[in-house]
Amino acid sequence: MSPLSPIQTPEPTPVQRPQAVRLPLDPLLTLAVLGLGVFSIVTLRAATRNLIPSNPHYYVDHQVIYLIVGLVFMLGLSRVDYARLRRLRNPVYAILLLSILAVIALGHTARGSQRAINFPFFSFQASELGKVLMILFLAAFVVDRSRRLRERDTTVRVMLLAIGPALLVILEPDLGSGMVYLVIAFVLLLVAGAPFKHLGALIALAVVSITLVLSVAPAAGVHLLKPYQVDRLTAFLHPSNDSQKEGYQQQESKIAIGSGQKTGRGVNATQTTLKFVPEGHTDFIFAAVGEQYGFVGAALLLSLYALLIWRTLRILTMAKDLFGSLVAGGVAAMVMFQVFVNVGMAIGIMPITGVTLPLMSYGGSSVVTTLLAVGLLQSIYVQARASDAWKGRVPLTPDRVRY
Amino acid sequence: MIGRLEQASSRTPVSPQLAVRVAILGGFALVMFGIIFFRLWYLQVLSGPQYLQQANANRVRDLPIPAPRGEILGREGKPLATTRITNAVQIEPTMMPVVLDEQATAYQAALVKAQTRVEEAKQQLKGFLARHHRSSRFLSRSQRTELRHLQRMAGASAETPVPPLPRSAVGVRSLFSRLGRVIGLSPRTIDERVVQGITATPYANVTIKTDAGWGALTVLAERQNEFPGVVNQPVAVRQYTYKSLGAQILGYVGQISPVELKLPGFRGVSQGTVVGKGGVEYYYDRYLRGQPGIQRVQVNASGQPVPASLQPTPPKAGYDLKLTLDIGLQREGETALQQGMELAHSLGNPGNAGAFVALDPRNGQILAMGSYPTFDPNELVKPLTPGEYHRLIGSSGAAPAPLEDRAAEGAYPTGSTFKPITAMASLEAGTISPSETLGAGQCIVVGAEEFCNAGKTDYGALPLVEALKVSSDTYFFEVGKRDYYHGNGEAVQEEAHRLGIGTETGVDLPADPQGVVPDSAWRDRQNKLERECEQRKHIPSCGIVAEIAPWRVGDNMHLAVGQGDLVTSPLQMAVAYSTLANAYMNHGDGVVVTPHLGMDIEEPQGGLVQTLSFPPKRHVQLDYEHLSQVMEGIHDATSQPGGTSQDVWTGWNQSEHPVYGKTGTAERVGQVEQAWYMCYIYDPRRPIVFAVTVEQGGFGDQAAAPVARLMASEWFHEPEKLVSGSNPDH
Repeated sequence: MSPLSPIQTPEPTPVQRPQAVRLPLDPLLTLAVLGLGVFSIVTLRAATRNLIPSNPHYYVDHQVIYLIVGLVFMLGLSRVDYARLRRLRNPVYAILLLSILAVIALGHTARGSQRAINFPFFSFQASELGKVLMILFLAAFVVDRSRRLRERDTTVRVMLLAIGPALLVILEPDLGSGMVYLVIAFVLLLVAGAPFKHLGALIALAVVSITLVLSVAPAAGVHLLKPYQVDRLTAFLHPSNDSQKEGYQQQESKIAIGSGQKTGRGVNATQTTLKFVPEGHTDFIFAAVGEQYGFVGAALLLSLYALLIWRTLRILTMAKDLFGSLVAGGVAAMVMFQVFVNVGMAIGIMPITGVTLPLMSYGGSSVVTTLLAVGLLQSIYVQARASDAWKGRVPLTPDRVRY
Repeated sequence: MIGRLEQASSRTPVSPQLAVRVAILGGFALVMFGIIFFRLWYLQVLSGPQYLQQANANRVRDLPIPAPRGEILGREGKPLATTRITNAVQIEPTMMPVVLDEQATAYQAALVKAQTRVEEAKQQLKGFLARHHRSSRFLSRSQRTELRHLQRMAGASAETPVPPLPRSAVGVRSLFSRLGRVIGLSPRTIDERVVQGITATPYANVTIKTDAGWGALTVLAERQNEFPGVVNQPVAVRQYTYKSLGAQILGYVGQISPVELKLPGFRGVSQGTVVGKGGVEYYYDRYLRGQPGIQRVQVNASGQPVPASLQPTPPKAGYDLKLTLDIGLQREGETALQQGMELAHSLGNPGNAGAFVALDPRNGQILAMGSYPTFDPNELVKPLTPGEYHRLIGSSGAAPAPLEDRAAEGAYPTGSTFKPITAMASLEAGTISPSETLGAGQCIVVGAEEFCNAGKTDYGALPLVEALKVSSDTYFFEVGKRDYYHGNGEAVQEEAHRLGIGTETGVDLPADPQGVVPDSAWRDRQNKLERECEQRKHIPSCGIVAEIAPWRVGDNMHLAVGQGDLVTSPLQMAVAYSTLANAYMNHGDGVVVTPHLGMDIEEPQGGLVQTLSFPPKRHVQLDYEHLSQVMEGIHDATSQPGGTSQDVWTGWNQSEHPVYGKTGTAERVGQVEQAWYMCYIYDPRRPIVFAVTVEQGGFGDQAAAPVARLMASEWFHEPEKLVSGSNPDH
């Protein structure tokens, strides 16, 4: 295990505290993360075996590497006092903006979207990392204005600061990540204690803008989104078997999940192993889970996410300071939005927005970003426990571990 | 939950405000999880089976496995047609750019136009021939010019060049030229084959080359991505062991056409199946084609097969078909027919087409049957150039069509070979007696028309046997005249029908035309058609009849010598002579046999499945005395000095194998006379009837009878002797 946290304890009696039983990480959170990682690898192994005939293990091998890299980052981050990151507020925002601009300027195009920069060994998807940067920056910004949280000015500024990068990302176009940014900002305001009146207004504004963008503006000849994006967003309302039409992907996904029945088709799965569900290893990996492992498997996966979300909210309440709570709130927003929207689109009740399923979808940027976010949660947990112990309220020994 | 956890905490308690807001987040998550669970329950548990069905339908495709086609065997069991596996370089039209479809559309339009033009010319030619029906020898110079023009137009090719590929179609042009270099075809030829293929069967793969060398196949396989839409498929190819031998009766095979798909005979046959296209291949297709198997393949979303262990349903091989055909006799017949035509050529006659039939008069088994010009059906299973195709169907120039089976489908007057039928009819009707002498003089005049012997010979008044021996036209004109005024005037017609002429023979071939034995009712129908046609089209003549007139005595006199409106085929004549022959063998108790080629259906391994049965169509009771007179007449014709084919049969052992033969020379408008020979040769174990005709071959004795002699020599293992007779005879 890793060495003891840098926080000093008041009673340095080594005999009473054997190092082996120290709990430097939130065990349930870690369990959820590891469970999801294993789930991802097992699912990908079957779902990607026909994608590259010459190298059936390509995707699994890479996903394992991404998970290991991400876990290393998570462990590293859990050893850092997240509170120090608060001071890096402005550099973080600058990195966020610059990386997105760099992608737009230099990036390579994948399926019509320019989302990543290719490096020799990996391609870097700035909008994914941007989610964590956005959480850190907005949390720091809100903390700095913590005495003026009830002012409308604060709400407006927070939203404007989120909308800037969100619009840039949407231009890439990566609509999903852009929406994640906005949701993060909204949840941060919620957790920080912005007035419900402001929050209600924001919801109303969102509803109005969505209506404008999706139906009124195109009718008037103004295309704020690319037509394919509008089609994808509205396709779940009219599913189709025509592979040329937008509803096809979702229809095939529903067939995949439905055909899994109670316990799944296992090795006989065909929808997600034979490319009937496009993007069956990335955005539509939930279809692969549903087909291969059935209702039981999907329920197990959702339980793991429930565990992850519960621990996130729990850490939110445990945090030693407002910054910690807000960071945890941001992570909660990010995970919840992605899980619900991604699963919702796979089962045909939400539009297709191209968000990944955290830790499950194949892809380095997404996996590492999620694990960085989990690393922040671990740091908040460790700091909260250390702070309690330092104050003598709880021992660091495992006999009374509180969850 | 949160409250319980904080119960004993002495740490800064969570502010109530934060608690409410976290509860909102948590509550939202709970609601969302709830919705997702219910939706999953609905999808996976309630609708699961239905989605599973859809998933299975998605991934499984049934591909037909072609069934090996049954073999066609000769009567001794030697294979005439077998199946060989080879490779075919094919183009997938769906992978080709749209410019090829446009080319195909333009080509089809041009084709329709050209065919219409030729059809019109054919109609005009038919009209002309009908108008100058009887006066072929007396055409004026301008009429001859008109006739030649019409013949050229009607015989003109409906062939249309495929429009060129536009210059702008760079991709296709370069693909075809690269492919052409590999498989040794010009890009233009490839383009033509693809366009014609698309026109014939849209969407089906077009075979552009079979039997490409291994070198070419290796190049195509290695550089697959350089040849998009080009595939190499193993295909079963029909192989005809003896090439052109019996080509018209064997037929050939090809992919089922859209029209055939709708026919009841092809029910259950799927598109792309290879079926028989002519001859016995077509007639016995349901036995030969077998049952294709089904390879169930798992496919991915792009429709490409992926490995999976799905049990295929194996194909069921087609049954073998054994024919009554005697390969040796067939081969001799085809050679002899060509020799007969060479004889015609040496006498200055065009002699460019002909047919023969050899029939067992007891049971109707076809021992040999051939038609010239002929073709090699092996060529038809490969892609054809338009030139080759039009040569086969006979639309290029005035050359006769090799695909036509002249033996069964030929529509000819028979000339004097019809006389024994006239004689039999008149004896049975009592219009003549065998000893009565008739037909003195060179000609008979009825009304304004003169009816003369060939070369205006005067045979004098002859009894029946002598008249048959020398083939006196005046005798039979006289008989035809008497028949016209006797009873209902249709004794000859009735007898012809009774013996098997003017009705379908029932042969097991796709085309079995009825033919025409003209009588007064038939003439009335033709008149009516002509009148209606003239009124409909407002033209002076449609050419259905030369002039609207009732059936007259002259018509009946022409019929009596096998001329005029009589239309029959060598096969029908062979059936009629078989009826005379088997009646003669059985003291007048004869049967009208059903001529047939099929003997039995066998398992591919050799077991008998079914013996094909062709019972005679009916019994015919002939007066043996009368029949003997007729048979004596045509036996004398082959054996006695002055007999029309006596010189052809010199040296033949008449006592062992007596020959009963009749020559015929049919007049046809605008052509040299058509040579005919009909004969029956007696043998206690293997009697045989021959029918031979050579279009524009001259006298029957010159070109047709020698063919029968050669075939008879082969059949009875006699030394071969080619003799051309010189007896003029109509």
